[in-house]
Amino acid sequence: MQAFLDTLLGDAVGLERQLGYLAGMVVFGAVVVFGFVLPFAGIVTWAERRIWARIQSRVGPNRVGPFGFLQWLADGVKNILKEDIIPTVADRPLFRFAPYVVMVGFIAAFVCIPFSGDLIIADLNIGILYVTAVTSVVVVGILMAGWSSNNRWSLLGGIRAATQIISYEIPASLAIFPAVLLSGTLSMQGIIGEQGAAPWQWHMFHSPFTLLGFGLFFTAALAEGNRTPFDLPEAESELVAGFATEYSGMRSTLFFMAEWGNLYVIGALVTTLYLGGWQVPQFTYNPVLMNLAQMGVFLGKSLACVFFMIWLRATLPRVRVDQLMALCWKYMVPLAMLSVFGTATLMVALPNGSHTLRMATFAVVVGVVIRFAFKVRFHLKRSRALDYSSLSTGASQGLSS
Amino acid sequence: MSAVTSWLQNVTASCSTVFEGLSITFSHFFRKPYTVEYPDRMETRVQDTLPFRYRGMLEVDLEICTGCLACERACPIECIVIDAIKDKATGQLMINRFDIDLAKCMYCGLCSEPCPTGSIHHTREFEGSDYSLESMMRRYIKFPVAAYKPKKTGEDDPEIIPVLERGMRFLDEFAQPAAKPASGTTSSSGTTSSPGTTSSPGTTDPGSGTG
Repeated sequence: MQAFLDTLLGDAVGLERQLGYLAGMVVFGAVVVFGFVLPFAGIVTWAERRIWARIQSRVGPNRVGPFGFLQWLADGVKNILKEDIIPTVADRPLFRFAPYVVMVGFIAAFVCIPFSGDLIIADLNIGILYVTAVTSVVVVGILMAGWSSNNRWSLLGGIRAATQIISYEIPASLAIFPAVLLSGTLSMQGIIGEQGAAPWQWHMFHSPFTLLGFGLFFTAALAEGNRTPFDLPEAESELVAGFATEYSGMRSTLFFMAEWGNLYVIGALVTTLYLGGWQVPQFTYNPVLMNLAQMGVFLGKSLACVFFMIWLRATLPRVRVDQLMALCWKYMVPLAMLSVFGTATLMVALPNGSHTLRMATFAVVVGVVIRFAFKVRFHLKRSRALDYSSLSTGASQGLSS
Repeated sequence: MSAVTSWLQNVTASCSTVFEGLSITFSHFFRKPYTVEYPDRMETRVQDTLPFRYRGMLEVDLEICTGCLACERACPIECIVIDAIKDKATGQLMINRFDIDLAKCMYCGLCSEPCPTGSIHHTREFEGSDYSLESMMRRYIKFPVAAYKPKKTGEDDPEIIPVLERGMRFLDEFAQPAAKPASGTTSSSGTTSSPGTTSSPGTTDPGSGTG
């Protein structure tokens, strides 16, 4: 961002230059928040419902606009117009304040999330640490909401959120370490800069340990973002809507916007740490074209992660509370430790890295993907396509085939 | 040692089951949704896919109603009300009122069975939702009409013939379900009037029609 602003500012010096930087960052921040984050949080609700529906052999929202694309706008307008109810027994100031805390924790993470080689609001040298810190603020908001609602379900949801998010901070942070160790920096752009454009140059394929770290970080990030299979804080079948039970109208929308927007934060973090970020081959020296290509690659990878999270949500059932804790402390923390120490040992043993190990890890992942494709083909062939729509004509040919 | 092996087993089991589950859900992206988008995005209307004898909402063809009140008598819940009076001046039977309360109707089909001409019959319409009970009352008579009177020489009014043929189809479906092709069926295939057909509406009742 600084380099990009330098080209804009020309030869301004001193205070003018600093003000120019400030103005540039504020403008870019506003563009990111209002032009990308908030619409994204809305659009992903539509995408999630569509993808989810297809997995369940349904159609999903398809009435508002082409393929129902404008559904999120209709829902947003509906939610804004709804009455904002505050229960009489609720702790009013806390109740009203909680959604903003959640929202701040979520939006503040975008300060350090890169979009391309030059486009990042602020490339802090403690970038990833900052993101981990501010996303933890969300739990304060959730706990506030759960407590102030003065409702059993809300309180249970809030307490669950607190235990879950705080517990999963540990494997998530530990699983960040391998990438940080390999890069030798906490800065987001620095971590991406250490990786290459080709898939086997990503941190994910450095060794089996980083592959493990990738999986652990993804899972722990899911749990921190309250996503299925870890959506216990708002488990619909158990807790009505968890900490959001008493919220209505725009305040509840803020909670859900933060939750869905968090998908992108998780996707961007995974992309930055393990999937090579915005790295593209140097195909041109035009900075604009280069940045556009980088932006496309970064968005593509992040959205692929978001898709994977939605797909997971449609696949896995919710875990129990004791299973959640067992998974965290008994399985993920030791495995994350293994990942960190394995990577560190490997870096000492092979200071320049091992190309063979890289390619072997990459080959294993490619093998898993191919195996997956065969599995999908198997399920497609084994499943009998029963077209219920043909049954309505009174013909019974659908059943006999 | 067994603790370690069970720990490892749990790790591999969770990975493999998630893998399996993901492959199943992913295969659904390549299948068509089963959803039928009723009512506005169907390829054909549901009503058109229903069989001819479907017992939907009642309908009356006043052109061929003889005013015999058979349906009113047959209705077990009295949802049909007919007013038919012989006009002293012309000697014609005038129908002043023919109301069917669809809110009461239980779609038993008893009214359409005794109808000599098939004037009252079920349609394939079933979407009856409305805003008031009153609108479920179907009033077929706006002003008095003369009841249909079968002609000895056969029907010759070109506007009545198709209606009558359709009515006879309903009647045949009810009266002669498994019997040989009845006289009504065979003759109704020809559009020219034949004595057999046209006399039957007035004289045939379902019980004796087969004989």
